[in-house]
Amino acid sequence: MQKILISEADFDIKAEYAALKKTGVGAVVMFAGIVRDTAKDPQLVAMTLEHYPGMTEQEIDNIIKQAEARWPLQGVRVIHRVGRLLPEENIVFVGTASAHRAPAFESAAFIMDYLKTNAPFWKKEESKTGSVWVDARQVDETALKKWQ
Amino acid sequence: MKILYFAWMREHTGCSTEEIRLPENVANISELARYLRGRSAGHEAALRNLKTVRVAINRKYANLESPITDSDEIAFFPPVTGG
Repeated sequence: MQKILISEADFDIKAEYAALKKTGVGAVVMFAGIVRDTAKDPQLVAMTLEHYPGMTEQEIDNIIKQAEARWPLQGVRVIHRVGRLLPEENIVFVGTASAHRAPAFESAAFIMDYLKTNAPFWKKEESKTGSVWVDARQVDETALKKWQ
Repeated sequence: MKILYFAWMREHTGCSTEEIRLPENVANISELARYLRGRSAGHEAALRNLKTVRVAINRKYANLESPITDSDEIAFFPPVTGG
């Protein structure tokens, strides 16, 4: 059971949890990525996310297939928002369901690490002083090494 | 063939997509990029340093040496920053 959704609309974590739980497993792990709040970054106004429709879904599907080949998973759900998002809004959701906690934890981390470096999304940060495209970070590339 | 640009590369070229006819002497991605640089100052700025650019052929990651044909969809974009 898998779901991939690219959407401007927010996601409902309760509904995602219910869908993952319905697979009859013993463990569900859920990750949510959030736009940082203005207490941490007073200059931040919004983030705008752009993607490559078609390729994005295909890349996420590839990542899920790799995860399913490594861990026994009963459910995987990935939701990524696009468009203009304000501080504290949800950006990304990854949920995994498995019989035991280790595969659920590990596969969720694996999917996020690969999503960060492979799925064609780009973020533009809007601040009080102007807008800049976010640079790719070396730590995200480094994070992949533990899975190789 | 269809060429797509994303993020700051789209802002430089001034277009998200353009249709071109593949010139006869252009056989791979790096040759295509060199050809496209001649289209405008913005294209030149976007495609000047290919080390910082990612490329996809028909929505699959490719590299500078990957061969191309006139029916391909080619996308140029910066390293991804989602999640």
